[in-house]
Amino acid sequence: MIQIENVRADFPVLERELRPGKRLIYLDSAASSQKPLSVINAMDEFYRMNYANIHRGVHQLAEESTEMYESARAKVARFIGAKKNRQVIFTRNTTESINLVANSWGRKFLKAGDLVLLTQMEHHSNIVPWQILKQKIGIEIDFVKITPDGRLDMADLKIKLAREPKLVSFTHMSNVLGTINPVKEIIRLAHSSGAVTLVDGAQSVPHFPVNVENLDVDFLAFSSHKMLGPTGIGVLYGKLEILNQMDPFLGGGDMIKEVRFDGFSANELPHKFEAGTPAIAEAIGFGAAVGYLEEVGLGTIVEHENELLTYALLGMSEFKDLKILNPNVDNKGGVIAFYSDKIHPHDIAQLLDREGIAIRAGHHCAQPLHTVFNVHATARVSFYLYNNREEIDQFIHSLHSAINFFK
Amino acid sequence: MDDLYRENIVEHYNHPSHRGVVDPCNVKFADDNPLCGDHIEITLNTSSEGIITEAKFTGHGCAISQASADILLDEVIGKSIDEVKKMTKDDLISLLGIELGAVRLKCALLSLKVLKAGVYGLNNADELDLEDD
Repeated sequence: MIQIENVRADFPVLERELRPGKRLIYLDSAASSQKPLSVINAMDEFYRMNYANIHRGVHQLAEESTEMYESARAKVARFIGAKKNRQVIFTRNTTESINLVANSWGRKFLKAGDLVLLTQMEHHSNIVPWQILKQKIGIEIDFVKITPDGRLDMADLKIKLAREPKLVSFTHMSNVLGTINPVKEIIRLAHSSGAVTLVDGAQSVPHFPVNVENLDVDFLAFSSHKMLGPTGIGVLYGKLEILNQMDPFLGGGDMIKEVRFDGFSANELPHKFEAGTPAIAEAIGFGAAVGYLEEVGLGTIVEHENELLTYALLGMSEFKDLKILNPNVDNKGGVIAFYSDKIHPHDIAQLLDREGIAIRAGHHCAQPLHTVFNVHATARVSFYLYNNREEIDQFIHSLHSAINFFK
Repeated sequence: MDDLYRENIVEHYNHPSHRGVVDPCNVKFADDNPLCGDHIEITLNTSSEGIITEAKFTGHGCAISQASADILLDEVIGKSIDEVKKMTKDDLISLLGIELGAVRLKCALLSLKVLKAGVYGLNNADELDLEDD
């Protein structure tokens, strides 16, 4: 067990002094998280001692490498409660996972006029792949509305489900609003109208327990880099009967069983969807990241982030001119997007950077969502297990100075 | 090396007892392992009580895959289809009596995969994943 108050020591970057006397305060974990030593060391050790290509060699390093890669898959499968390891397909990231579904499942099972139902709070990665499919084969896309306080409008969901969408693809937790959607209920409703479901778990899997069996979800996509692991590796989880029916996404090495001059037959799961040499060291680092999260305990992380969220929202409520998208504490993760009419979000981020505070400004890859709130951009702070109250105090203090800067 | 190429493996590879084709047969299945390019086809007949009365294999590939097929058929002839359905990866590994890493495991398991896919009447052996079950 790792105690939450001790985790900061495991993240070397948190020791970094960015400006004289200004130590890094990293409030941008929703974009990407920092990495603990155990992850960095696992990858480093692998490259030093065990590295070789996987699955095809019979020499010892190839065996070791293959075993380490596959045991990382097993750790990730257990982490999300998948019944079988082969239900975990390693991709580059959440975006690639969704593109895999759009291309492989979408092109096989959707036809012109079929409806794909999304929500207004989606990240671009769960909008654009479907828009590309719309251009290519003429599917239709609709978006479930959100309420003015940033919740999914369940009444609108039910109305739109009556149109019998073939797929309902939606985020578990909004990367802008922090809203945690009632995923289990949405999946149940979607299934009863005959739809397949895809959950974008990029913001949920890193922060709270997500169990695929319990949710009964058909596809789940998430990324390693937002959950203490390296970049370049993510996951597509799928139900076996669906994955088995799907055709390969990318063609090449490792995804084949046999290649002839006149054709090929595809390899078994999960290799069918893992063409070419994958991110081997990254998979091993990802396995170490999952191990670290389990040692701290997701329950502890949920509690910690909720406390930070409550504390930060309280501090920010004292700013008269600050508007927060979804200012509720309940069913919200550690993400606060805000704006002020007095100062552009980019200027807030720039001024906070002078103080060593890293926040995000812009539309956070959710441009359509910002149009719903009638704003061009917001500033966003987001928390993870390594943040603490002192950092939030410092953030609130520096935000005061930033807002008063242009007066 | 010595662990992998134990005497029984070499013996079964050099002098298989069950190489050939059962014709006519009531179960026939074939599959490949892309690692070594192994290919195995198993043909067999069962009695009205579901007992495997005769079974043979053909194919090509590494010593592990071919010896594994011969050893497996040695074991299952005279057994019932239900017993074959219950066989696991570990059963086959203990029959072979060798240590196998993640890569060569695929060579060894090909015969069991083909046999089980055959007796289950599957269209595609990949619906079974013995390593993962």
